Amino acid sequence: MSRGRGSRVRLPAPVLGLAVVALLFFALPLIGLLWRAPWSNAWGYLTEGDARAALRLSLICSLWATLLSVVFGVPLAWLLARVEFPGRGAVRALCTLSMVLPPVVGGVALFFALGRRGLVGQYLDRWFDVRLPFTTAGVVVAQTFVAMPFLIITVEAALRQLDQRVEDASRTLGASPWYTFRRVTLPAIRPALVAGAVLAWARALGEFGATITFAGNFPGTTQTMPLAVYLALESNPEQAIVLALLLIAISFAVLVGLRDRWFGRSDRSSTTVLA
Amino acid sequence: MTLSASLSLQLGTLDLQADLEVEPGELLALLGPNGAGKSSLLRCLGGLEPIVAGRIVIDDLVVDEPSTDTFVEPENRPIGFVFQNYLLFENMTVLENVAYGLRARKTPKADARRTARQWIERVGLSEYADQRPRSLSGGQAQRAALARALATNPRVLLLDEPLAALDAGTRSSVRRDLRRHLATFDGMRVLVTHDPVDAYALADRVAILDAGRIVQVGTLAEVTAHPRSRYVADLVGVNLVNGVVADGVLTTEAGAHVVIADAQPGPSFAVIRPPSISLVREKVARSSARNTWVGTIAEVDRLGDRVRVGIEGQLPLTAEITAAALDVLQLQPGDEIHASVKATDIEVYPA
Amino acid sequence: MLSVVGASCGSDEKGAAATSTGDVTVFAAASLTAAFTEIGDAFMAANPDAKVTFNFAASSELVTQIGEGAPADVFASADMGNMRKLTDAGNNATAPQVFATNSLAIIVNPGNPKGIVGVADLADENLILVVCAPEVPCGKYAAQIFESAGVTVTPKSLEENVKAVVSKVTLGEADAGIVYTTDVKAAGAKAAGVEIPADINVVAEYPIAVTKEAANVRGAQAFIDFVNGAQAQKILASCGFLAP
Repeated sequence: MSRGRGSRVRLPAPVLGLAVVALLFFALPLIGLLWRAPWSNAWGYLTEGDARAALRLSLICSLWATLLSVVFGVPLAWLLARVEFPGRGAVRALCTLSMVLPPVVGGVALFFALGRRGLVGQYLDRWFDVRLPFTTAGVVVAQTFVAMPFLIITVEAALRQLDQRVEDASRTLGASPWYTFRRVTLPAIRPALVAGAVLAWARALGEFGATITFAGNFPGTTQTMPLAVYLALESNPEQAIVLALLLIAISFAVLVGLRDRWFGRSDRSSTTVLA
Repeated sequence: MTLSASLSLQLGTLDLQADLEVEPGELLALLGPNGAGKSSLLRCLGGLEPIVAGRIVIDDLVVDEPSTDTFVEPENRPIGFVFQNYLLFENMTVLENVAYGLRARKTPKADARRTARQWIERVGLSEYADQRPRSLSGGQAQRAALARALATNPRVLLLDEPLAALDAGTRSSVRRDLRRHLATFDGMRVLVTHDPVDAYALADRVAILDAGRIVQVGTLAEVTAHPRSRYVADLVGVNLVNGVVADGVLTTEAGAHVVIADAQPGPSFAVIRPPSISLVREKVARSSARNTWVGTIAEVDRLGDRVRVGIEGQLPLTAEITAAALDVLQLQPGDEIHASVKATDIEVYPA
Repeated sequence: MLSVVGASCGSDEKGAAATSTGDVTVFAAASLTAAFTEIGDAFMAANPDAKVTFNFAASSELVTQIGEGAPADVFASADMGNMRKLTDAGNNATAPQVFATNSLAIIVNPGNPKGIVGVADLADENLILVVCAPEVPCGKYAAQIFESAGVTVTPKSLEENVKAVVSKVTLGEADAGIVYTTDVKAAGAKAAGVEIPADINVVAEYPIAVTKEAANVRGAQAFIDFVNGAQAQKILASCGFLAP
């Protein structure tokens, strides 16, 4: 693919100025952290047992939360995009409620629903001996609660924009709605699905308020990186900075690595032939 | 073993009601102006929209009958559908597209691909089999869509304006190809088009759909010989007058009188060909033309050496005169004019 | 066993009049929430031109914030350790004074359904126990108590401030926690308390000082004097604090 002559875009100066300010807004805090980081002690802080446990827990829980968000969020997005039912607007608002709810409030709400004396939680405890607070599963629940709306919103928007006639074509060829979804709809929304999953993962990784309120804080079981950073800040700010930078580095690597490959168009033609 | 449909459907403000029957090996073209409901009717046959009342039967299988709550989903109907914009799956190769229907019906991958390759070869797209649809031209995409629809061996093939998305230059060659490919298909075919040339080239029979009703069915020759709708009359380029015949005179709803020769009494159509209309500036007292109507010139269209003159009045008409005559009479829009026709020059048939 | 009824702690005695003006910002340990709020109201009643605003959080968090330049006039800590962090950094303007002491207690659900009588009972692994994280004063004290008692416990969560421990118990999520005796009192009917014997208990000293960057030094000192005064001390006592 040859690069055309008109491929340079010129931004008007005021717009460029605003963009640079925004860029600095994001860059400066990071630079601040890098500047104050205790580089000589960094390795010691990173390899300390609790830090490694927190990192491992963060990665595992956030991936689980992302998986659950996809498994449950995509069907919900499909329902909201395709099926017309009374009160659909209210249902959509409900699903994205946790985005506007302060995370700690979300954590408390989860208590009332799934805690030991909660609406549903009490039966989980009594009948199945299942308790969510203070467990790693509780962390995943808290993270999924705040992360899923990001996926739902992204996927629902993509489904709405899809030309439904392609799905008509699929059905006239004998494909069941599920086969159509699998082979036509999903591939078509793949960029949005990936973007939504990455957003959900990022949100889950950084989740603090709901986690510490609902799941609690215990190294190895429920102490994720954000919690570890927060507590380290109390006693050893230097360690907090190092841990924070580690979390940032990992997120950065994932976001940069995924960007072009998966966010763009999924199909690349081998040749472009115009008869 | 036929496709028979007797259905009624509500589309916004349009109320559609149609009865039609298609025999195996037959291609019925649904012809009519835009907005007549042709595509909706086709979608109903395909199961993409339910009907409000009536019955659709394909080969003794009732696929849609609201009164008995019967509705067979499109994926369970023995149909193939070719869409106006082809709607090929962009995320699959041409081969995968054509094999899609077979795979969806649980045919093993290898068999499906083999059958797909055969079809691709039949429509002459072998060299594009492993490419994505967006590298195909319009005509090639149409062939791919056709192959995809036929690969599942349907009983009914439904085509929605298959040539509309093509530019005029490629349309005729693609039409020829389409005719060739359709000829080998022995099931029932229903084709929707707004272009009468498609109907002429491809159809065995034509059904004229206008404002939600089928106003005429027959071969194209039958239909154009005796138009029964404004649409067909415009198509053929004649004036169609509708009224009641009594005592050798046809009276229109507006009250205009048309003197005719040998016709049966009752509701009738009269066809007046534009070249048979004479235009005079002043009313002629004695002439063998039994019919003279007064009107105002609405528009004047020159087509080379001929001129079409549109006349408004109690009996709206389009007349055709020579350019020389136009210059002599110096006709302008807004002028009062008398149009006259001989009774023997008017063809009448029952409505 | 210590059962407590009544949610607020208060005193009707009026203190000596003092004239103080301006805004005073007080950063105080979370365990001082109920007491200091009331003391603040009393101070403002006695000094109508003054306004006291509070920031209650874990002492460790507060001292970090002050170190980063947060606008505090007064710092009241729940332990000497965090106050030492302030003085070591040279961020205090006056020498710290201990104005109250606190001891710790076991907080349990109302009615003590698990029948806990002492620290040894907390070793039960089936018990849902929550304590403060070791980084915060309450957590350090709890660890000291368990060591003194020779008991090993497996808490389910290490909360980052003592109020979080209280809420986990009052919400019914946890069976027991280690908190200050003042917190048990403040929880009122929502919780019950179990006394920890003095021989293994910790005496938490609460120091108070004016910060170096205080904007209203006079007002800050006036507040500290008020806290050490009779009226405030009565309020502290009624909340469960002990004399310095």
